[in-house]
Amino acid sequence: MTRTIAAREGAGVVQVEAEVIGNVAAGGYRHLTLVTPGLAELARPGQFVALSVGDGTSSMLLRRSFSIHKVSPAGTYGGTTEIVVAAHGEGTRILTALEPGENVGVIGPLGRGFPLPSQPVPCILVGGGYGSAPLFWLAEQLRERGCAVEIVLGAASADRLFGVVEARRVGDGVTVTTDDGSVGTRGWVSDVVPELIERSGAAVVYGCGPMGMLSSLSAIADEHGIVAQVAVEEAMACGVGICMTCVMPVRDESGTTSMVRSCLDGPVFRGDRVRWEAFDDGYCRVPEDTVGAPKAVR
Amino acid sequence: MSAPTHSVDMSVDIAGVRLPSPMMTASGCAANGRELNRFIDITTLGAFVTKSVKLDPVSGRGTPRMAETPSGMLNSIGLQGPGVSAFVEKDLAWLHSIGARVVVSIAGNTASEFARVARAIVRSRYADAVAAIEVNISCPNVANRGLVFACDPAGAHKVLTLVREEVPRGLPMLAKLSPDVTDIVGIAEVVLKAGAHGLTMINTTLGVAIDTDRLRPHLAAATGGLSGPAIRPMAVRAIWQVAGAMREGRIRTVPIVGVGGVRHGTDALELVAAGATAIQVGTAAFNDPSAPHRVGVELEQLVADRGFGRLADVVGIAHERFTA
Repeated sequence: MTRTIAAREGAGVVQVEAEVIGNVAAGGYRHLTLVTPGLAELARPGQFVALSVGDGTSSMLLRRSFSIHKVSPAGTYGGTTEIVVAAHGEGTRILTALEPGENVGVIGPLGRGFPLPSQPVPCILVGGGYGSAPLFWLAEQLRERGCAVEIVLGAASADRLFGVVEARRVGDGVTVTTDDGSVGTRGWVSDVVPELIERSGAAVVYGCGPMGMLSSLSAIADEHGIVAQVAVEEAMACGVGICMTCVMPVRDESGTTSMVRSCLDGPVFRGDRVRWEAFDDGYCRVPEDTVGAPKAVR
Repeated sequence: MSAPTHSVDMSVDIAGVRLPSPMMTASGCAANGRELNRFIDITTLGAFVTKSVKLDPVSGRGTPRMAETPSGMLNSIGLQGPGVSAFVEKDLAWLHSIGARVVVSIAGNTASEFARVARAIVRSRYADAVAAIEVNISCPNVANRGLVFACDPAGAHKVLTLVREEVPRGLPMLAKLSPDVTDIVGIAEVVLKAGAHGLTMINTTLGVAIDTDRLRPHLAAATGGLSGPAIRPMAVRAIWQVAGAMREGRIRTVPIVGVGGVRHGTDALELVAAGATAIQVGTAAFNDPSAPHRVGVELEQLVADRGFGRLADVVGIAHERFTA
């Protein structure tokens, strides 16, 4: 049974023990539906939820964060939240094995979602693997505002794609790429995006997926003089802003770089604000001009 | 959570400062309050313990800064923070405005830097929110491991001596100790001689995790501080040894603030029975942001269930019931 743990008035976030009411296969992923009273009403596309693994005695202490695929404020079960989970390690294997009727600790909505343009401009939405999960909900909101929406879905192979059918429902155009060419265009999403920007006259590129893909999208957007809004994937211990593990070097409006929490200041950043050059082979160093960076040893 | 079967006096005395509850956050595990206050009312805690503040802004280390380990985690944050001026004007001001009791954790690269941070805190216009100063002489996440003052008796003594000169009468100064020493009682003795009014035990202990796909250290900084339930027996041991030395009169008796792997009320009760007067909840808050409050409710129930009317009557009781 779903139980609310913490929901302070005006906090904009809830902590619930959520009942799982759906767990279905979606390509190589699992699509989970969770009963989350109070969460759906607050959530926006691009925000995420943090799930605990097992009960309060699990040896896996850290929460796993997932972008919100969809919310339904009032269904048969009350408000629900849907997420897409890939089984990577032991924690996500436990989450993908949750059966309807079981409970899971959920905190959300967390972080800042995708900013929506104030004018009805053409937009391109790019998802890598199950990173595409929040884009369909975003597409619906953009189209409600009169924006034309092109969707690009990329993955290593056909079974790693998520949401192709849904993309055709909510997008004005859909392009699929796979590294192995098993479906759609062979190659990366970055191979098709420049031409799509030129053809559609897009003013904004929205991206969600691996960091390398987001870095490429940001560079392409820069080259075309348009804005990229990217939802980053960073390892987080808590998701709520208290552990300081998910930081990244990001410039503010004045050009000053700080190590900011992607859970609070993100996960969506303007692509040109992120110091992509600091990321290398799984590590991210602190750029020398970052506020409070260690002084070079002489 | 049901109310305890009979009421328990959960108030605690930290070197002359009375707190209505034994529960605190642990430094570095609750940022500076705003984030946690979305989940629990932090003014209901005995005290809110800040992230360690240094004199100047600190960016912290590169990433990954975190690795999950069995019943724990490694972190190498590197004391990221805004510097004491910004801390006072933004964070302490806010904690003061909501009426929180604050334990300010301070850190520095040198003993005199610790003292300058303490001075900026106690002379600030928000100083009346400060319930204690916790002197973090034991953070393992500094670039130079030689800076872990708590592993060096002379360094620890110097830091506490200089900070004490800045701390006004009546404001407790807690020394936070590292378990990574040969003789923690010896270090406790040194900091008490330098004027510490209480001890916080324990800080994280140093560890390394290897990424077995890339076959290299998982953390960008290689080493990190291990925390979480995995280290609870080390915390109980440290408290047991130091409280035992106090009971035998080998060192001065002062309050011990217990920290290390507390996730549930029974964990807190272990630390109390070993000799802790108050309890900090750290890594467990990453899993459950309501834990600093929840554990206090559970602890009160457990104390009531065992027939005690005052938490103070349970402090160190395991020493009395141990017959070797």
